[in-house]
Amino acid sequence: MNARRGDGATIMLGREELVLLPQKAVYWPAERMLIVADMHLEKATARREAGILLPPYDTHETLARLLDLVRTLRPETVLALGDSFHDAGSVERLDTHARERLAALAGLTRTIWLVGNHDPELPSTLPGTVVPSFARRTVTFRHVPSSAANVRELAGHLHPKARIRAGGHAMARPCFVVGGGRVILPAFGAYTGGLDVTMPPIRSLFPRGADLYVPGRDGLVRLSMRAG
Amino acid sequence: MCPTMTEPLPVAFRTWFAARGWHPYPHQLAMLDAARAGHSALLIAPTGGGKTLAGFLPSFVALADAPRAGLHTVYVAPLKALTANIADAMARLVGEARLGIRLDVRTGDTPSSRRRRQARMPPQVLLTTPESLSLLLSRPEATTLFAALRTLIIDEVHALAGTKRGDQLALCAERLATLAPGLRRVGLSATAAHPAALAAYVAGGAPGGARIVRAGEGMAPEIGLILPDGPMPWTGHMGLASAGAILRQIERAKVTIVFVNSRAQAELLFQALWKINDRNLPIGLHHGSLDPARRSRIEAAMAAAELRAVIATSSLDLGIDWGDVEQIIQVGAPREAARLAQRIGRSNHRMDRPSRAFLVPANRFEVLESVAAREAVLARDLDGEPPGPGTLDVLAQHMLLTACHGPFLPDRLFAEIGRAAPYAMLGRECFDAVLDFVETGGFALRAYDRHRRLHRDALGRMEVRTEAIARTARMNIGTIVETPRIRVRTRRGRDMGSIDEYFASTLVAGDTFFLGGEVVEFLTLRETTATVARSAARTPRVPVYGGSRLSMSRGLAGRVRDLIHDRARWDLLPPDVRDWLSAQARRSVLPQPDRLLVETFPRRKRWYLVAYGFEGRNAHQTLGLLATRILEETGAAPLGFVATDDALACWCMREPADIHALFSPRLLEGDMTEWLAESAVVRRAFREVAVISGLTERQVPGRSRTGRQMTASTDLLYDVLRRYDPDHVLLRATWQDAARGLTNFDRIRALVERVQGRIDHRRLDRGSPLAVPILLELGRNRIRNGEGEELLLREAEALVHEAGLS
Repeated sequence: MNARRGDGATIMLGREELVLLPQKAVYWPAERMLIVADMHLEKATARREAGILLPPYDTHETLARLLDLVRTLRPETVLALGDSFHDAGSVERLDTHARERLAALAGLTRTIWLVGNHDPELPSTLPGTVVPSFARRTVTFRHVPSSAANVRELAGHLHPKARIRAGGHAMARPCFVVGGGRVILPAFGAYTGGLDVTMPPIRSLFPRGADLYVPGRDGLVRLSMRAG
Repeated sequence: MCPTMTEPLPVAFRTWFAARGWHPYPHQLAMLDAARAGHSALLIAPTGGGKTLAGFLPSFVALADAPRAGLHTVYVAPLKALTANIADAMARLVGEARLGIRLDVRTGDTPSSRRRRQARMPPQVLLTTPESLSLLLSRPEATTLFAALRTLIIDEVHALAGTKRGDQLALCAERLATLAPGLRRVGLSATAAHPAALAAYVAGGAPGGARIVRAGEGMAPEIGLILPDGPMPWTGHMGLASAGAILRQIERAKVTIVFVNSRAQAELLFQALWKINDRNLPIGLHHGSLDPARRSRIEAAMAAAELRAVIATSSLDLGIDWGDVEQIIQVGAPREAARLAQRIGRSNHRMDRPSRAFLVPANRFEVLESVAAREAVLARDLDGEPPGPGTLDVLAQHMLLTACHGPFLPDRLFAEIGRAAPYAMLGRECFDAVLDFVETGGFALRAYDRHRRLHRDALGRMEVRTEAIARTARMNIGTIVETPRIRVRTRRGRDMGSIDEYFASTLVAGDTFFLGGEVVEFLTLRETTATVARSAARTPRVPVYGGSRLSMSRGLAGRVRDLIHDRARWDLLPPDVRDWLSAQARRSVLPQPDRLLVETFPRRKRWYLVAYGFEGRNAHQTLGLLATRILEETGAAPLGFVATDDALACWCMREPADIHALFSPRLLEGDMTEWLAESAVVRRAFREVAVISGLTERQVPGRSRTGRQMTASTDLLYDVLRRYDPDHVLLRATWQDAARGLTNFDRIRALVERVQGRIDHRRLDRGSPLAVPILLELGRNRIRNGEGEELLLREAEALVHEAGLS
């Protein structure tokens, strides 16, 4: 994985310069901060009591991708925008291997866990700092995006996905949604599905339209979502 | 009727037949005979041969002779509606003949009060579907419910054997035979290509196999061709150019069923006919996306002969007989001789009169296919693949449900499953791998070892571990995996039907589309319901519906190849099609049977390659994926391809080199199948396998969209599983499914083997006459796989920038 800064797309949020990365994360050079949303770790094992045994590799996969990014970018801070763990029992269910990876992460960078609706409470044993809210300079970081206008915020929660139509065919890809001072990040987790950006929960946040940045093999592709 | 033949019938039945001036058919008595001898039996009869009654008669006679309480006979049909219709018909007979037999229906629609009543006092005859039977068998009470069962009747065997539902039913039949030793099985089938295989399917582990009883064939049908008033179209599959001719043919008969190949085609043809229907003939519409209540109204109107014609998809392939249907019209490619024969059988249910049918090809290639299909039906040369080996995802579901019923010993279950015909060749290693999946997930990383789904007791018996697991398993029953559907309602709350979730997501307020023969305007989408209003728009979009697309069968493909090659039979073809083939012979060469014609030519700064495989669209789609990969390797820089039922066309930046090597066995090597595994078709196969096997949860309609976004997409599961667990049994199951069905890899293999050293390559200076229809399809289809998606993404970006939107 090559995560040079040049691979991403630089956007301005007020006076702050942010780099959207094709790896579905955001890098903030001025703060040396890497931001990811909605990892949903241990989603696979969440329904095992009910007999749903999904391939138990999602945590490994997600953390491996995060560690790759951290090793390449060397951020001072990793900020997870909530729903990092799929449910209340997730941290308990982590296997040795996953715990080692989280420890490795803690050794490389400072980790800040913003709480989300899936993980409103996180155990203190978790390496890093758990915070209910977070802001830095002029930027607010939230799990659930606010509905206010005139904001400077980065949020997750919605797992935006773009439907792309061309040549009579269509596909859906996770994407960043950027507009009106707001950035919604795509979900970072290996098993996280998506919500169409034209659906009301997302569209209503961008009354004047938005830019969509879709991660592809050769970097980010920029599309736009009309107003209304 | 000779008196000895009616003798086996008790007096109540003789009176009932006589009161109607009917006689029992010989095959009905032969079925009775088989029952008295304790034999299982397969009845093969054309529609209208009193097939259903032949199936029930032995049970009715036995119950009339020796009345007894408890469940005696289970009848299974593939459709809920069919089950309900048959139940009504049989209940009428039982009432009229005063047999005093209790019948009841059990399907997904049966209200819980009635279910409870059935549990308290089981009927003597229960009519159900494969899914409901599977659910009944998963309950601990199944042991007592089925203990005294004597007969299992499987209707429409030809439509079940070889499908996943058929696999499920075969497994359930062996379950029933274990619970009720001595169970007799009865199969009812339309005329089909592989009677011996169907008999083996019906018999399962029944001692002595199944006796095959054949009804008379009835008279040969009359099959005509309807051509458009103008020239034969080059391309298109809807047949709208023939609307006028179709309407005239409808006017000539009392009642007509117009069969089409897709729901979109049904909507479009319905519109086209009503546009010119000046005499206001009552013409209706019937397809799987319409509201069920509306479908039953149409069915009732047909039965009451209030309609002159109904336009239908495969939604009417099966079903009860409507005596008054005088003719059927098949619009578009027939695809399979067996399906065409089945559809033709829906007209005229009197065996002493010929059925009448008309074929309406929509384009030139379809003329060839239609002529070939007519020959095949008249020669009674029915095609269709023999039922293949049972699928592993269905096996996994069945094992889990068996464990929900009660403890089992793996050795005993293995023996039971091996008695079901689809699983006769199942190896113990494979059985154990599936069992391991059911028990622990079967992952290389044994993460769930302490959270097994099954519990082993000291005797080695396995049972589902908790009630929560059993509940999830029962929620997940079934082998039909549909794309999620969105209900469509008017503002007043009237149900219009449903559309594909994908299509719904492409709609913006103000868009108009066809549904149920009306043009509606899309207003809002909330959760799983779309609200619409009537619209006066003239050019609505055509909905994209789910549903499988049948490919031209091997049998018809062979006949089409022969017909093209055999000029002596060209007088069967309309003049413009004859001229087209002659021009092909002059300008290039005609495709020869057992050879592969490949043409290459430049056009608008691109190089085109057209291969006339005649192997059906699915196979050509796969061939396209593989061939473009090799073209990529050999430097031709392919840009895309399009697959039709007849041919594959690829276009490239540079001239494709070494055509002979392109279609060599290299196509089938390991790294090529690896490449194929990335494709959308294989992903689709995995989605089905993941849901049926219980790897992931079935999407429950009505669950909120925010709930849905939390459902792990099977695409993501597939990628992760391939990376971390490439030998997982579900990946094996996926490949097994894809090779047979969606990718038709088996057919590609056969093609490559057939044409080795027999490739006719023509390098032309422009497209040949035969290539014209395929070239006209360009622009509609493009590469659909991982690589192609990247192109699509770039193209979408370019479009946005061109339109100045960004």
